[in-house]
Amino acid sequence: MNFNATLIGQMIAFVVFVWFCMKYVWPPMMKALDERKKTIADGLAAAERGQREQELAEERAREQLVEAKQQAQEIISRAEKRASEIVEEAKADARTEGERMIAAARNELDQELNRVKEQLRSQVAAIAVSGASKVLEREVDEKTHDELLSKLAAQI
Amino acid sequence: MASDTLTSGEYIKHHLTNLTFGQHPDGHWGFAHTAEEAKEMGFWAIHVDSMLWSVLLGFILIYVFRKAAKNAHAGVPGGLQNFCEWIVDFINDTVRGSFSGRNPLVAPLAFTVFGWIFLMNFMDLIAVDLLPWLAQLFGQHVLGVDPHHVYFKVVPTTDPNITFGLALGVFVLMLYYSIKMKGVGGFFGELAFQPFPKWMFPINLILEGVSLIAKPVSLALRLFGNMYAGETIFILIALMYSAGIVMAGFGGLLQLGWAIFHILIITLQAFIFMTLTVVYLDMAHQEHH
Repeated sequence: MNFNATLIGQMIAFVVFVWFCMKYVWPPMMKALDERKKTIADGLAAAERGQREQELAEERAREQLVEAKQQAQEIISRAEKRASEIVEEAKADARTEGERMIAAARNELDQELNRVKEQLRSQVAAIAVSGASKVLEREVDEKTHDELLSKLAAQI
Repeated sequence: MASDTLTSGEYIKHHLTNLTFGQHPDGHWGFAHTAEEAKEMGFWAIHVDSMLWSVLLGFILIYVFRKAAKNAHAGVPGGLQNFCEWIVDFINDTVRGSFSGRNPLVAPLAFTVFGWIFLMNFMDLIAVDLLPWLAQLFGQHVLGVDPHHVYFKVVPTTDPNITFGLALGVFVLMLYYSIKMKGVGGFFGELAFQPFPKWMFPINLILEGVSLIAKPVSLALRLFGNMYAGETIFILIALMYSAGIVMAGFGGLLQLGWAIFHILIITLQAFIFMTLTVVYLDMAHQEHH
């Protein structure tokens, strides 16, 4: 092992390499590493924020769901009430309509009855007159006995 | 190819000799043909193989990470970027754990030290004979020189020049920041006025001076010693391949085991060098008492 100028050569090379490394290798490397570190930190923070927001949104959705269910329940009960009301109304309407129809039919029936009675009465009067004329063997003047005949018909 | 023409001793020596370029005693410049010639060249010679691999690996490291850094963005990282970021993040965490001050130099310094030393150590895992053999073929057929004179040591950290070069670089930074943070007086005071009272400052100076010098020396020698020993063991195992089929099979198993163990060692040594660098610089930044 003999020492010679290699020692000095190595020292010079050492200085040059260290200088170059300090100037052109280290700063860009550290810059990239630091930037990545920051990016990752930002990303993690954003992820956490997103998660929290999601939790909030879920909470909100749950609340809204409960509210919606309540509202739906309310609407259904109201609709049921309304439906029974409508049924009741319809029943009442039908009942009055039926009664009205029954009354009308009865009315008509009465009228018919009266008419038939009237007819019958006039026919009975005619029959009575013709019977009486046969009994009397002579004609009964309808005009002269009109009053009598009407009384008779009224009695029938 | 271990010892058809060389003895075992020569083979080992050949593998542990650097390719040295310098001035021969007779005045002309050229490559040393033997270890003795390299020694005669004195200080102003250079280990071409160590320097070549060291700088080449440094360039690879810087190139790969520069490429990743240029395309670095904060989005989803690609394969290369992901790998580089993993290493950068690891280094950054380690530095932040052991360096309390604020200095934009320390993290890139630690990164360069770790990555570069790791790559240089990693050369140890490439088969010991492969690259020297290629270099010999190249020397013999392209340059037309005696292959026995072509030395090629591919693990730069087994060359003390390389490890001491790194450690001295760290040492200079330690001194610079000590003086910058505490002033010349403060730095001298740290060396001279503790741990004993002020009137004993010569003893303090000796104690603290030794401990100061010991930092870069231990840093360099630890790395060098580990890698040199590991390399030597790989060479010894490689010798077994020429000693019959049974020894060769045994050597293969040994080599596999040692290589797997070495993956740990090369990483650990690079990590220790980096951590101690950071710790020493942290100490340089801090006021004692």
